[in-house]
Amino acid sequence: MKAAVLTFPGSNCDADLLWAVQEIAGQEAALVSANTEDLTGFDLVLVPGGFSYGDYLRSGAIAKFAPVMGALKTFAANGGYVLGICNGFQILTEAGLLPGALQVNTSLEFICEPEPLIVANHQTAFSNQYAAGQTISLPIAHGEGNYYADPETLASIEAHQQVVFRYAENPNGSLNDIAGLTNEAGNVLGMMPHPERAVEALLGGTDGLGVFESLIAATKGAVHVAN
Amino acid sequence: MLQTEPTPEQIRDQKPYLQLGLTEAEYALFTKRLGRLPNYTEVGLQSGMWSEHCAYKYSKPILKTFWTKNERVLMGPGEGAGVIAIGEGKAVVFKAESHNHPSAVEPYEGAATGIGGIIRDIFSIGAKPVASLDSLAFGTRFDAHNQNLIDQVVAGIGGYGNAIGIPTVGGEIQFDASYQDNPLVNAMCVGVMDEKDIQRGQAAGVGNAIIYVGAKTGRDGINGASFASAQFSKEEDADRSAVQVGDPFMEKLLTDACLAVTQKHQKALVGMQDMGAAGLVSSSAEMASKAGFGMTLDLDLIPQREPGMTPFEIMLSESQERMLLCIRTGFEQEILDLFAGYDLDAVVCGRVEAGHQYRLLHHGAVVCDIPVGLLTDAVPTYTTTPKQPARLAHPAPDFTPTITDIDQTLRALLALPNIASKRSLFKRYDAQVQTNTVIAPGGDAGVIRVRGTHRALAMTADSNGRLLALDPEIGGAITVAEAARNLVATGAEPLGITDCLNYGDPSKPEVYYELQASAKGIVEATKVFNTPVISGNVSLYNETSGVGIHPTPMIGMVGLITDLDAITTVAFKQAGDVVFLVGATGDDYNGSSIQYLQNGAYAGRLTGFDLTQEKAIQDKMLKAIQAHLVNACHDLADGGLAAALVEMGTANRLGIKGSTALSAAQFFAETQGRFLAAVPPAQQAAFAAQMGKDAVVLGTVSDGEFVLDLADAKLDTTIADLAAIQEEALAWQLK
Amino acid sequence: MYKAKIFVNYKQSVLDPKAEVIKHTLHRLGQDNVQDVTVGKYFEVLLEGAHDAVAAQVDTLCDQMLANVNMESYRFTLEEVSQ
Repeated sequence: MKAAVLTFPGSNCDADLLWAVQEIAGQEAALVSANTEDLTGFDLVLVPGGFSYGDYLRSGAIAKFAPVMGALKTFAANGGYVLGICNGFQILTEAGLLPGALQVNTSLEFICEPEPLIVANHQTAFSNQYAAGQTISLPIAHGEGNYYADPETLASIEAHQQVVFRYAENPNGSLNDIAGLTNEAGNVLGMMPHPERAVEALLGGTDGLGVFESLIAATKGAVHVAN
Repeated sequence: MLQTEPTPEQIRDQKPYLQLGLTEAEYALFTKRLGRLPNYTEVGLQSGMWSEHCAYKYSKPILKTFWTKNERVLMGPGEGAGVIAIGEGKAVVFKAESHNHPSAVEPYEGAATGIGGIIRDIFSIGAKPVASLDSLAFGTRFDAHNQNLIDQVVAGIGGYGNAIGIPTVGGEIQFDASYQDNPLVNAMCVGVMDEKDIQRGQAAGVGNAIIYVGAKTGRDGINGASFASAQFSKEEDADRSAVQVGDPFMEKLLTDACLAVTQKHQKALVGMQDMGAAGLVSSSAEMASKAGFGMTLDLDLIPQREPGMTPFEIMLSESQERMLLCIRTGFEQEILDLFAGYDLDAVVCGRVEAGHQYRLLHHGAVVCDIPVGLLTDAVPTYTTTPKQPARLAHPAPDFTPTITDIDQTLRALLALPNIASKRSLFKRYDAQVQTNTVIAPGGDAGVIRVRGTHRALAMTADSNGRLLALDPEIGGAITVAEAARNLVATGAEPLGITDCLNYGDPSKPEVYYELQASAKGIVEATKVFNTPVISGNVSLYNETSGVGIHPTPMIGMVGLITDLDAITTVAFKQAGDVVFLVGATGDDYNGSSIQYLQNGAYAGRLTGFDLTQEKAIQDKMLKAIQAHLVNACHDLADGGLAAALVEMGTANRLGIKGSTALSAAQFFAETQGRFLAAVPPAQQAAFAAQMGKDAVVLGTVSDGEFVLDLADAKLDTTIADLAAIQEEALAWQLK
Repeated sequence: MYKAKIFVNYKQSVLDPKAEVIKHTLHRLGQDNVQDVTVGKYFEVLLEGAHDAVAAQVDTLCDQMLANVNMESYRFTLEEVSQ
């Protein structure tokens, strides 16, 4: 698997993702500037967490105008796998690659804590190495992770089984406890929890490895993925 | 509109420098050394450079007594931050800084810019910032003002640190009436670098370029704003503010760009320094002075955010996120191009000159032409004749608690703000970004692994103002000892310290006594623990209406772990482990939480601390951890054995079942030099042999019951009950 | 009944990092004639009472709560509205 880790000015989890994919999952990966306009040759594009462009207008609102976004839309439209984590999730919703939006947490506070999650759909490119209904623990670290979509959109998301991860103890007010969901085609996932922060026992857990192992399996065509 | 600046003669006669904090004697000394009357700009520069913040007029004689060098120190005080070798070619860089007054005025931005400033100090040395810690102190009266202050300080620290992507891995939040009107906001940053990349803030080599990079210069944070703004009409004045706003996005770009310069453009780089206190003048004058050269700056080239800024304002602005670099002739474009790649504004604004003159040009005129040493080295130092405060001469009689209901007492103790869990506050900090955090906030110390090595760093920030108020010398030594104890409990060997000295008005004989006595205690302890002071800052005049804070030196200590498998945390891991109490327990209650709980105040002399004994216990404990004999370890501090046992149990809801010869009162004693250790049964004999008479078995870890037979009482409850109080008490009190 | 339309902005001497980034991005998108950007907050508050009393009241609530006068300035308009 060959992964591109996008770096926007202000991204701060790009190096962490690169480390997780390269050093821990043992895959080929490269940092790719948001000024790039070409993503050919990659199997997976990772959109990292952080505060792109300071998150100064709305989270992800300025990043969606970055030069790489056109190429990313083409990449996704052609069925390439895209994973947006935290600010990456926010960017994907702002760019229209995922439905809904992320609002400020109901506590109005930034929250950094390990959070129990339930694998709601284990038949995706991003979750096929987990068991159905499995509970895993991944850290969250965000101030705006409160998932919102209008009722019709939400109904459609549920009808198409797009929800991949749900919070077991909803920390931020997300509708339907949504922690991570795919687009309808199933090749783009956005999630607020950080799988790249849970890949080493030394740092407190390895529950996040499953996301990367699932993608490795999916890009090899080794698993059947629904949707 | 602008009025003309006062002439040198008007300055001499009308003495506007008094409003800038200069004395008549200081002005006279400057004038005499200069050989002529200084102009308005020059007096402004003098006021900034001769301030306590830049010149340490009162604290220098004290700071000179600090022990600052051992075999591992690569760079001591005097630069942006200190550097210590940690092996495998790597070095750790750290420093702490106070932002007390700005945070009291504008809590969010005050705290945020405090974080921003200390981060720049770290990367100016060439180190990648890898962790931050904060030591915060607030008043005990949780009125609306104080609640907002706490909320906004925490929000500001998170707002900056989370955005720039540096994990906050530790620190402390304490409450004492002494800080009600004078909160303390001390921030510490830790960086890691290759030893070979260390660089200094110097401007050497005739003709080399001075490059300004980062945010534009505005009228924010100008020293002596009253004087400066006297030039403006009232209406304009209403639209001005001295508050500095932090821009973590800019700082992230600045960090990455400056590290690229130190790592990949070493041929070009002569020196680099942050524009901190007294902004452009302090960074440029210090860089020239340290290198023994002169400098000329053209102020028309300095990027400015507002029109019509005077040389005084440009030089003394404390706008954030700005750096000054000295770059070898011929490499200017290479560096400007690099910064452009990060979307940063950078300009060549001056040159290094032969000789020692510091010259500023503005609109074609020379507005300052003085020997640079006059700004950096001519400052007089002051000492006050110390006088022991009356309260220390006649301490209150020794306190002994009366425990009639140990269960109720324990519950009340756990709900004290200083004992209760601070999780509701520190969960607002990103503790894991950079994915190196082994121990996040809530442990005895934060621990991060060092990529590319088999090493980890432990770090803590500690202060004990309430103990120093009772005895500054012993309290100062205890603060160092407790910091070391925190590190040892994680399996780390203490390396060195940084400090923030937070005190009242040093011209008062009693405050000066506190400063001197506590420094004595700190120096003695740093030598015993082999932890030199490599950096720090001083915050004086923490007073409101003539009442000062407790003498509060904040000690930031960093330790080294060379075996990642030996890293030990506070939490009990499994039922059946044997719980040892390490170190002797005495009847030491003065200054303790149980005294505060029962009497509402801390009083008496300090007992129960022996530096030699403390060091011996810590050495033994560290050896046992390094030998992999220990499953969990926790140092005993506030709340003594009682609080520590509960704190070990909360994470996994594991309790204790045991008995001890200690009395109910001693359960709450705060004798120094103690640890709790949970040891797997298979290692019990080895641990006992290693520790000898310094460790006694207290009991075994239980599935949830919390039962302890004391000499004169029996505690019989559950960890779930106690944990609920400890975890929720503070959040309840702050709502 | 009056509707107060309240605008709160940073004072001119205070750095506004949000506005700087937005301006820079607009330039990058080709909007070269954009000279300056200000980011502020906008509030609408409905109040019952006489014009002058309401004006004084709005001034007070801006000064004490809606704006941080350490670093922000505010202005407002009052508009008479029916229920």
